[in-house]
Formats: sequence, C-alpha cells, structure tokens
Amino acid sequence: MLRYVAQRLLMMIPTLLAISVIVFVIIQLPPGDYLESYIAELQSQGESVDLDKIAFLREQYGLDKPLYEQYFRWLLGMLHGDFGFSFEYDLPVNEVVGDRLYLTILVSTFTILFTWAIAFPIGIYSATHQYSWGDYGLTFIGFLGLATPNFLLALVMLYLANVWFGTSIGGLMDSDYIDQPWSWGKIVSILEHLWIPVVVIGTSGTAGMIRRLRANLLDELQKQYVITGRAKGLPETRLLLKYPLRMALNFFIADIGSILPSIISGAEIVAVVLSLPTTGPMLLGALQSQDMYLAGSFLMFLAFLTVFGVLLSDLALAMLDPRIRLQGATVR
Amino acid sequence: MNNASAIPHLEHFVSSEPFDPHSIEALTPEQEKVYMASQWRLMWWKLKRHRVAVVSGLILLLLYGSTLISEVIAPYELHTRNIDNVYAPPQRLHLFHNGNFVGPFVYGWDYQLNMETLKREYTQATDQIYPLRFFCSGDRYEFWGLFQAQFHLVCPADGGTLFLLGTDRLGRDMFSRITYGARISLTIGLVGIAISFMMGIVIGGVAGYYGGTIDFVVQRFIEVLRSFPELPLWMALSAILPVNWSPILIFFGITVILAILDWTGLARAVRSKFLALREEDYCVAAQLMGARPRRIIFRHLLPGFISHLIASATLSIPAMILGETALSFLGLGLRPPITSWGVLLNEAQNINVVALYPWIMLPVIPVIIVILAFNFFGDGLRDAADPYK
Repeated sequence: MLRYVAQRLLMMIPTLLAISVIVFVIIQLPPGDYLESYIAELQSQGESVDLDKIAFLREQYGLDKPLYEQYFRWLLGMLHGDFGFSFEYDLPVNEVVGDRLYLTILVSTFTILFTWAIAFPIGIYSATHQYSWGDYGLTFIGFLGLATPNFLLALVMLYLANVWFGTSIGGLMDSDYIDQPWSWGKIVSILEHLWIPVVVIGTSGTAGMIRRLRANLLDELQKQYVITGRAKGLPETRLLLKYPLRMALNFFIADIGSILPSIISGAEIVAVVLSLPTTGPMLLGALQSQDMYLAGSFLMFLAFLTVFGVLLSDLALAMLDPRIRLQGATVR
Repeated sequence: MNNASAIPHLEHFVSSEPFDPHSIEALTPEQEKVYMASQWRLMWWKLKRHRVAVVSGLILLLLYGSTLISEVIAPYELHTRNIDNVYAPPQRLHLFHNGNFVGPFVYGWDYQLNMETLKREYTQATDQIYPLRFFCSGDRYEFWGLFQAQFHLVCPADGGTLFLLGTDRLGRDMFSRITYGARISLTIGLVGIAISFMMGIVIGGVAGYYGGTIDFVVQRFIEVLRSFPELPLWMALSAILPVNWSPILIFFGITVILAILDWTGLARAVRSKFLALREEDYCVAAQLMGARPRRIIFRHLLPGFISHLIASATLSIPAMILGETALSFLGLGLRPPITSWGVLLNEAQNINVVALYPWIMLPVIPVIIVILAFNFFGDGLRDAADPYK
C-alpha cells in the first residue's frame, strides 16, 4: 500500500509539469499581452500613456524576458505560494481570489450537501421500487433535470422570480452588504440568497447521481448474497443498508475526486448568469482581458486539485475495496 | 423397476421413412430470419422495441431534416429587420374571427411607446386580419448560398406580419432565427463528434494495438488532458481564437475545441478493447497471414465493437451542443452573423430585457428538446448495441 501511494505521488510530478506547460502555452497564445491592450484602452480614451510606467511594469512582471524565463519565474513562484500578479485588479492573485474563494467554497459545499440529501433517498427508493409509478415519475424528473442545462435553468429562475416576486434574485447578498465587513446581517442575507444557486447548480448533479445510484444498486440487489441475507431472516432495511448499498457506493467514492476542483471553480456559467461573487466570473473576466497570471494560476490550481482528487479517490477506493487493493488497479 | 415386467413387450420398431440426422438443427423460416440476421439488423429490431428511443429518433430526424431546408421553413430571412416591430410579442394563430371561419390567420399589433416606462407596448388590433399564405413567395434568400429563391412554406399576408415567436431587439423574427440557428447548433455537435470519433479510434487504436511505450505515452497524455476542468479549458481555448477570423473559421475552431476534450474517453474505451482483442486467435491468425496493422485494426478489430462506440458517441453529442450553447451564451463561442441557439440566447443575458420581453428566451426550448431526445435515443441505441443479451 505504501509503495502504491509513493508511486502515485511520484507520477503526479511529471503530470503536473506537463499541465503547467500547457496552461502557460494557452495563456500565452492570444496575440499581445495585457499591457498592450491596456495601452490601447488608455489611448482610445484619449488619456496619455506614461511610457516610463509601462516599461517599469513590463520589467517588474518580466514581460520583457523570453518566454521560457517567464515560465520558470511563474512556476518557481507558484512553488513558493506566490501565484503572480493580477494586472486588472492591480493586486497579487492570492488577494484577488481570496474572498471569492471562501464564497465559492460556501456555495459549493451547500450544493454538494443538497445533492446528497436529495439524491440518496430518491435513488434508494427508485432502486427498491423498480418499475413502480414512483420510480417512473422520479426517473423522468431526473432525466429532465439532467437535460436542462444549469445556466438555462438559472435564466428561467431569474425570470420567474422577477415575474412572481418582482425582485432580482441574482447575487449572493443584498447590495448593501457588498464590500462591507462581515456582520450578522450579512451572514443572514447570504443565507437568504444562497438557496437559489444551490438549487440551480445542484439540479443536474442530483439527477445524475440518482440515475447512477439506482443503476448500481439494482445491479447489486440481484446478486445472490442479497437472497442469502434475506433467507437468513435479515430485516429488509438492515439488509439493504449493510450490504448492497455499501457495494453500490464505489462510484460515489470515485466521484469525490472530481468534486474537489468543482468546489473551487463553482459552476462558472451559472455564477455569471446569477452574478455571484464567486471565482467563475473572475476566471472568465481574466481570460477575456488577458490577465494572464490570474487566469493561468487559477487554471493551474484547478488542474492540481483534479489530479489530487483523483489520487484521493483512488486511495479511498483501494482502502475500502480489497479487490482493488490487491490487484492494484484503479476504478474510474 | 419392478413395474417393467408389467409393460407389454413391444416389438422392435424401425421407421421406414428416410432419416435426416440434421433435422433437429433445421430452422423454421422465422427462426432462420433471426439466426441469419446481421448484427445491424438485430440491433434495428431491438431498437424498434424501445418506444421512447424511436420517438426521440424521429424527432431528431425531423429536426436534422429541417436544417436542410431552413430557408424554406422560415417565414422570414435570417437578417430581415422589421423596424416597426421591435420586440413585438408572439402573434397567436387564430382560425375564427367573430365566429366566422377565416382559416389560419393572425391579428396585427398596434404599437405605442409608453413614454413613462419607455417600454414598447403592443395591443392586439382585432380589425387587422392577416391570413397566412402557404407555399408562397416571400423574402428573398440564398439557398445554401448557392442560388437565389423566394419560395417559403408559410409567409405573412401582404403588408402583414407573422411573428409566431415574437421579434428581437432589431425586429427580426424569432421563429425564423431559431429555425436557422438549428442548422449551426445541430451540426456543430455532429462535426465535433466526427472529429473526436476519428481521433479517439486512431489514437486509442494505436495505443491499444501496439501497447508498450506508445501506450504509456498516450495514457499519460490523456491523463494530463483529463486533469483540466472542462469548462475553464474550453473558455481559455476559445479566448485564443483571433477576433479577426472569418465566421466559418471560428465555427471550426469551436468544434475542434469541443472535440479536444471529448476524444479521450473514446480513446480509452477503444484502447482497453484492443488490449483484450489483440490476443484473440483471429487477430493472431490475421497477423500470421501478413495483414498490416491498419488492416487488422480497421478490418478485424473495429467491427467487433463499433456499434458500442457509436452508441456512446451519440450520448456525448448533447454535451457538445450544450458546450457550444454555453460558450456562445457567454460571448466566447460563435459570434454574429453566425446564428446558433447559443448566439440567440446571448441576447437573453440581461435579465431586465428578459423580464420585459420574455420571448427572447425561447431558444431554450429547442435546446432542451434536442438534448432530451439525444439522451433517450442514445440510451436506446446503447441497449440495442448488444442485441444478443
């Protein structure tokens, strides 16, 4: 087991290096850099451009250096926890991301809890009552939820709220509290606004999880050990929870890895539509304005979390499932 | 055993009729039909039994068929502006006017600008009756960019209007625009899946067939690609597309971007199948007879599981359609004058506009229908892909 862990950790290094190269290439590919578009913008507004300042900035951020040197500076900085400097916000990337990160984690955590709370009972019900009316109805609703793209759902919800309540439900808090220090009122306001993004973002995830839980549980329920357990006189609930459900949860553990990056990126498009102060709209803005260090470091961070999440779920699976542990294979 | 003596002794009987030792293997015509049917025929029979899948397939067929003649179906041309009817609400179809049968017609709109709220207000003018014209000549268009024509299935009455789904901020008919948008939105999924299908089969096939170092490199590469969260990478890549590219180039750029992340799943499936299948006797036999790898891959190995691949490919088309819609919605994907459903929805980004003129949100509905249809159809196809079960 220890050898397996060490092997996997070592494998992460080249993977992450390759990812960092790709990310760097992607953020370098658009023609020009942020300073050039900054100059163009100033000129179009008729303002004078302080060339000294531009030159200073260029030197400060190493934009005048060859590409490979920029890359290594960026890479070394990240290893030290310095994610570079955001041109647009005129702040270190860490500080730009900071507050948004907490709000994103908040929204995502509630979304995940919501998904689990809804998906588990429904999935178990559907599987144990296969082909009943309840199963058909819930499966159909699940399909609808799966097919409706989240951002369109957000759009429709915004519209309905506007028509029915006459208010805008966008944002994550009342406008009075934006940029205010944390207070009790702000927390209450956030909690009041939270449910809409949670429901909107959680819908398709819930639908998907219901479908997979149902399918996995149905597979297990047909197996002989279930019949054996029933023949021995185990009560139904205990029988269900103790054996087949545990077996059906492998997919769930394999999923935990992919949850990690999504906690941080937090459903980018929905966030844009609902104008949430999370990391998604920030990344979008950074990509559009060529704020390369902000976009690059954030992409890199997400990719790192994905790699790390896959490792975590592989380890958890290996620990829980002796078949995987003994064969050393991974399940995705 | 004791009873044996009670049974009267029978004489040894030999039938004089000719005996066919193979009679037990002979098949009735119905059986023969089933046993001799090709795999594709079996799949078709199985698919036919899946009602929802068949209906979804028909819907998709209709929609894709409509993209061939979008110009004829749409009552207006894509860019026709009706300056007098900006943000006009949908006109309802009527059959009777004051109890008299008129045939399908719409009432005209009386328009006035509310000077206090600056909202455009339309009221139905029941004195203006515009009967629909069928198989008529209306707006001039260029059919597939090849030749000019004026033929439409439905046109507005002379001097009248026909806005079944309302108009947008430039007074363009939403129904016509959705009809035209289907052409781009639906084909982008097909083109994208074609690219990712080719990449997946070739790369996965090579990795699985040769194994060893090539396999290792491909596997690592796929792992790296998969480590990117899907949407941010799409956004980053489409931010790269130069602004001065022609719309067609942008279209292909977007499809390639959508395909870049999609082929990995397919490649993995192909690879693991190949790893197992290349040890089979028939594959070794082909090798011994001197068949080249390309022939073995495409002639001997692929046909064995191509049906599975097609089924799983069908299931990933909706993700591509959605990807394009999302990117265009954000303004990162296709740009006008190319019109897709996502581009149309881009106008619905401002919730204040949507609240006043909700019909600009209507392209949502075809998107959901197409995605549901593809999901159901793909599900049926996947079940049918294994006809021996």
